[in-house]
Amino acid sequence: MASENGGPAAHGSGSGLAGLRLVPRTDTAYAMKDFKSDQEVRWCPGCGDYAILAAFQSFLPQLGVPRENIVIVSGIGCSSRFPYYLSTYGMHSIHGRAPAIATGLASSRPDLSVWVVTGDGDGLSIGGNHLIHALRRNVNINVLLFNNRIYGLTKGQYSPTSEAGKVTKSSPAGSLDHPFNPVSLALGAEAGFVARTIDSDRKHVTSVLRAAADYPGASFVEIYQNCPIFNDDAFAPLKSPADRDMRLLRMEHGEPLRLGADRGVVAGEFGGLEVADVSTVGEDRVIRHDTHREDPGYAFALSRLDRPAFEHVPIGVFRDVRRPSYDELLNRQITEERAERGPGDLADLLSGGDTWTVS
Amino acid sequence: MAKQIEQLDRVIIRFAGDSGDGMQLTGDRFTQDTASFGNDLSTLPNFPAEIRAPAGTLPGVSSFQLHFADHDIVTPGDAPDVLVAMNPAALKANIGDLPKGATVIVNTDEFTKRSLAKVGYGTDPLGDGSLDGFKVSAAPLTSMTVEALTGIDISKKDAQRAKNMFALGLLSWMYNRPTEGTTEFLKSKFAAKPSILAANLAAFRAGWNFGETTEDFAVSYEIKPARLPAGTYRNITGNLATAYGLIAGSERSGLPLFLGSYPITPASDILHELSRHKRFGVRTFQAEDEIAGVGAALGAAFGGALGVTTTSGPGMVLKQETIGLAVMTELPLVVVDVQRAGPSTGMPTKTEQTDLLLALHGRNGESPLPVVASASPADCFDTALEAVRLAVTYRTPVVMLSDGYLANGSEPWRLPSVDALPVIEPGFAAVPNGSDGSFLPYERDARTLARPWAVPGTAGLEHRIGGIEKHARTGDISYTPANHDLMVRTRQAKIDAIARDIAPLEVSDPTGDADVLVLGWGGTYGSITAAVRRVRRAGGRVAQAHLRHLNPFPPDLGETLSRYDRVVVPEINLGQLALLLRGRFLVDVIGYNKVRGLPFKAEELADVLQEVIDGGE
Repeated sequence: MASENGGPAAHGSGSGLAGLRLVPRTDTAYAMKDFKSDQEVRWCPGCGDYAILAAFQSFLPQLGVPRENIVIVSGIGCSSRFPYYLSTYGMHSIHGRAPAIATGLASSRPDLSVWVVTGDGDGLSIGGNHLIHALRRNVNINVLLFNNRIYGLTKGQYSPTSEAGKVTKSSPAGSLDHPFNPVSLALGAEAGFVARTIDSDRKHVTSVLRAAADYPGASFVEIYQNCPIFNDDAFAPLKSPADRDMRLLRMEHGEPLRLGADRGVVAGEFGGLEVADVSTVGEDRVIRHDTHREDPGYAFALSRLDRPAFEHVPIGVFRDVRRPSYDELLNRQITEERAERGPGDLADLLSGGDTWTVS
Repeated sequence: MAKQIEQLDRVIIRFAGDSGDGMQLTGDRFTQDTASFGNDLSTLPNFPAEIRAPAGTLPGVSSFQLHFADHDIVTPGDAPDVLVAMNPAALKANIGDLPKGATVIVNTDEFTKRSLAKVGYGTDPLGDGSLDGFKVSAAPLTSMTVEALTGIDISKKDAQRAKNMFALGLLSWMYNRPTEGTTEFLKSKFAAKPSILAANLAAFRAGWNFGETTEDFAVSYEIKPARLPAGTYRNITGNLATAYGLIAGSERSGLPLFLGSYPITPASDILHELSRHKRFGVRTFQAEDEIAGVGAALGAAFGGALGVTTTSGPGMVLKQETIGLAVMTELPLVVVDVQRAGPSTGMPTKTEQTDLLLALHGRNGESPLPVVASASPADCFDTALEAVRLAVTYRTPVVMLSDGYLANGSEPWRLPSVDALPVIEPGFAAVPNGSDGSFLPYERDARTLARPWAVPGTAGLEHRIGGIEKHARTGDISYTPANHDLMVRTRQAKIDAIARDIAPLEVSDPTGDADVLVLGWGGTYGSITAAVRRVRRAGGRVAQAHLRHLNPFPPDLGETLSRYDRVVVPEINLGQLALLLRGRFLVDVIGYNKVRGLPFKAEELADVLQEVIDGGE
């Protein structure tokens, strides 16, 4: 009879993180080097992907999960080379399809920690459909979308997150496309966990990755990532010491949403949010961040604060609302059916219709 | 006075009506009762793609043809002996297929001026002599049904809807069918609706009684049970047999079945069926699109499941990039393509054999994979099981070709002994295979050329795979020219070598001296076999063979072709197998091709064969 989870049976009591509760736990004290593969990393010098890779490799030991139970699935693009540089299981698949492939893997193997690495072209253009459906289904995967707002591997065409009017090789007169805001899109798909971080802040990247791993279902993390070759300084306003405190809205659950010393997020018109001078509106009007609000409207309103271009950019966890994951529900149906009617018997199945005998 | 009973050896009945008239259900019930009586049978449902085409129009006609006999038969029959026409559209759409002398039973209630005009009848065919030469039984089936239901608490509309059960009762009387099966079926179907149940049972009985009492029908007929090989039988459609074959593959390999699929006619019934078998650990995933369906199946295969996707032509096209990834990553994957008429949307409910070259060659690069095809509805079981065996043993995607005729058509199936089904060994890698304790994911088995299947969760075998060309042993990315050439040839050699692991071609040549061989593949098996029997009965000599394996071919195919002066290849396409045979074996095969969305008729194929036989003399 077919085993429940496929492959070697899962065992172990599960990690401390809720998103890993069905994944075996290890006492092995891994170091960052244990997650480096023997492959030479081949991104361009100065690429933001290096920083994300380093943050990821140093974060993995914290999971307490055996290396063999971690799988990285990617699509096509610069970011999608990620799996080759990690010593876990991995699949570098085809353009845009990683969320679909990971869905099949995660829903048939709840004992795995599955990570999807994608980019703005891979995840939002050719693979946009798979991404939104994986999020709404709440498959237990962690999606890391490296957003550099450009096509890098094909050498510099505008992407679905490039600003309108952007001049690129394929848009010499300026791009006509209105860009996606990846966080707004994920919230529109009612993703239960949505966060944003930025490649240059390793500590913040690590804290967001941990929160994503803790989420039992589909977690979506947008990572702002600089492409020094085709879109250098795309996030410069968020990185310069002079500007960043005025622009970066660091969200912490339960804490007031403050920008620097003077400003904060308050309720605006028509259910929206806006940034106001705290001394004018009063401290008690500043909203305390609540990642657990059931209605995604609040998190969506937060995601709109970045307009116009990087005026105020929230980073951290936008939304963390739990519901049963797809794989949990799928496997529960099997368990319940077996408990009620017993495991399947092939001979009974085949002879289950109206039969007759010829002697 | 008891009516006379006449013995027949075989009958072809076609039920035809509006798509809302319940003709598929009527045909299906008659089939089940016929099967349990022990006749051999073959069916051909034929229905529009529209769920409810405008009532009373020609495009809205739905029909179900059933051929049953006291001996072994292989097709649903060329021309009906009996047509049941529930309205003028059904009569008009089908009368051309009937030979003179056939019986036509019509529901006169629907033969109103308006209904006649809707389908272009200027005069009533029941009165203008156009049906001369047929045995016409005209009766007001609807009003007789309504009358029979007096006293049952249902609406007039519901009463009228029971007319299909009246027709079924009448035909069941005419052919002395058992009635217990339909009675039980109705009781279970309408358990929650007692008045609808009472109406259907009453209509069914009233139809039977009408046959027994009216003078219109002087004779009823008996077709004795067929003398089939000993065993336990059930009636089965191709889609059901495919679903069971996949479950059997899961059970015999110990791999949990994961189906990623997107609804598409005529393949959806496989998804529906598999979704009911969670007790077997079957996971079904209705994906957002065809690409996600196959992607999820491949992801599940990477995790050690039996990954399966099911589709039809338009979906097959969308899946090809992922199938290419499966070729490159050398993971087991079963792709079921239930072919339908194309190109594009084509005719979704009509059959065709036009995806053979798509299955073989529809991907970029040199991308070989095994292709198998089913010969009959019941054969879908064995074909699906064979697809699983090849996929798992050789770590490769396998395409199974079924078609719309096989999918919905049915025939008796002799149940196999479960213990006699092949055991499929997944042989997961458990320990490193490199001399230095490293894992080499592309180091191959010497016999099968299959690479190790190391699933996540196995310590020490962590590795990365993907669509980029790989080093022949380590699986690391490689752009080396010689390595690519080696890998292209190795992937081909692995598939070619499967020929050693499949049965030789079975050739039927009873006299041993035929000059002409007819070679078919897929769902034309029944028509070709019936044609061959006709030719042989008339004294003609013809050999017959049928391909299950389209890639690789059986090892003795070339030698077999060379033994015959002429080779005829009938296909419901414009010569796709013929192209392959010419290219591979330099044999100038004679194609016979018709692409009408329907199976071949045995008679026309017999004529073709006879012409080829005569042409050589």
